[in-house]
Amino acid sequence: MSTEQRDNGIEVEGLEREFKGGVLAVDGIDLRVSPGEIYGFLGPNGAGKSTTVLMLTTLLPPTGGRARVAGFDVVRDGSQVRSAIGAALQEAALDPLLTGREHMRLQTTLQGLPKARRRPRGDELLARVGLADAADRKVGGYSGGMKRRLDLALALVHDPRILFLDEPTTGLDPQSRADLWQEVARLAREDGVTVFLTTQYLEEADVLADRVGIIDQGRIVAEGTPEALKAEIGRPALEVVPCDPARSDALAEVLGRFGVAAPAAPGAVAVRLDHGADDLAAVVRALDAEDLRMEHFQLHAPSLDDVFLAKTGRKLESAGDADEPEQPVGEPVGADA
Amino acid sequence: MSSPLGAQVGQMARRSILQTLRQPALVVPPVFFPLALLAVNVGGLDAATRLPGFPTDSYLDFAIAIAFVQGALFAMINAGSGLARDVETGFLKRLALTPMQRSALLVGNLAGVLVVALASALIYLAVGFAAGLDVQAGAGGVVVIVALSMSIALGFAALGALVGLQAGSSEAVQGFFPLFFVLLFLSSMSLPRDLIEQDWFRTVATYNPISYLLEGIRSLVIAGWDPEALALAFGFSALFVAVGVLGATRALRTRLVRT
Repeated sequence: MSTEQRDNGIEVEGLEREFKGGVLAVDGIDLRVSPGEIYGFLGPNGAGKSTTVLMLTTLLPPTGGRARVAGFDVVRDGSQVRSAIGAALQEAALDPLLTGREHMRLQTTLQGLPKARRRPRGDELLARVGLADAADRKVGGYSGGMKRRLDLALALVHDPRILFLDEPTTGLDPQSRADLWQEVARLAREDGVTVFLTTQYLEEADVLADRVGIIDQGRIVAEGTPEALKAEIGRPALEVVPCDPARSDALAEVLGRFGVAAPAAPGAVAVRLDHGADDLAAVVRALDAEDLRMEHFQLHAPSLDDVFLAKTGRKLESAGDADEPEQPVGEPVGADA
Repeated sequence: MSSPLGAQVGQMARRSILQTLRQPALVVPPVFFPLALLAVNVGGLDAATRLPGFPTDSYLDFAIAIAFVQGALFAMINAGSGLARDVETGFLKRLALTPMQRSALLVGNLAGVLVVALASALIYLAVGFAAGLDVQAGAGGVVVIVALSMSIALGFAALGALVGLQAGSSEAVQGFFPLFFVLLFLSSMSLPRDLIEQDWFRTVATYNPISYLLEGIRSLVIAGWDPEALALAFGFSALFVAVGVLGATRALRTRLVRT
């Protein structure tokens, strides 16, 4: 790995953040993000995602462990870290009374761009995120997707090498979400920007991330490429709904010959197939032999939710809680604030 | 790479002015309410000028000072609400991620509020002169009135900034306003202190610094040049500025945590 490459990465060892009252929001996590990689940090609400981002972006001092971002220590070299990163934090923090162009003007000035470059850079970024036509409208009238896109443009003003996106698509409609994914992917593939993305959406991590870290209750419980994590779980699940609900027991008996029972939707029976998709033909033949007619027959490939379930014993969608403080709630323990 | 402090302050001041101008609720009250109160006072309390020892025969000349102090209270609301909103919306975190110097946020915000306060002060004077205001200290006195009213507005705005940053809530800033409004009424707002009959009221007015802010402006209008009154007015407003700026800077350091 060259020096230049190393300087675009993130290295975290034993990072901790304890809040007053002994709440350990982040409990000794280790992770490494390579230059140009999109790293998806997946977990339910309150898992410690945002606290981790605040520490990596220098806005919250850790209470333990160490982290280097772009080659700089987040505690000792805060200003160098900030100059290397861009961040769009949870909830687009915009001024509803200013226009998109006025936001760009403020941000380009505060980021220290030369006066002659400020307007062109602002216009370029507004055009890139599709806000050129809305540039002179007050942000208070923007949709959620437009606000997120402006937030992204503001984070890119100074050409950051590393981009932190904290739940960038929460609350967006599917089209806005897809547009944002496209732009984030482009930034990584074409501009070589390293992206650290937190999300609670499985699909987002699956589609966008090169590698995924799954965090739960402040600890990373799994890490790898989405494919590798799903492969760890291994076998797909077959879910079948009988035409006659009274024959569910018979259906379960037949399916039980091909694997172990798996969680299923109401009215359905599911098994995790011992031999994967290779069992499908045999299953159909066995059901036909028992004269079991099917209303619904679906093979589920393992998902990241299955990974989360396997690692924590809970489904991701129902695992959230409100324990993670969104704001620093007290002075750090053993660190310089 | 970071831009010079002046450019940062300029941008933050510009933002503060735009925020104010785009919210009629922040523009109309500082101009309209002090003038309305002035009209009510002049209309209703003119007879007070016939009291033995009253320093002038024009209640307008006596009461015009109230408009400047009341306008400064609105500067407090504007400064405090703007900063509290930045805390509430997370905008402060966005700023924390830039190389912006902390002082640029505070100075820019206060500068923007002062521009609005200056415009308000000029309007009070224009309306006052149209209604027959007579400034004994002359043209130089008018300039000092404007300077003193800016100093008072800066003091109150800094206190507003302190509350806004400390509480991080616009509601808390709004809640502060009535407290100062009561202090305004418990001052020598309506009568000279030596003509207040009730002992407790006269005592409260004597210990109330707002009395001296009013009397500083009033001295230029009614008496001409009174170094003691001016020194007390500028002194108390400077004290407000010092307390507000130091407190707000400290609160900002806590709010703008970064390593």
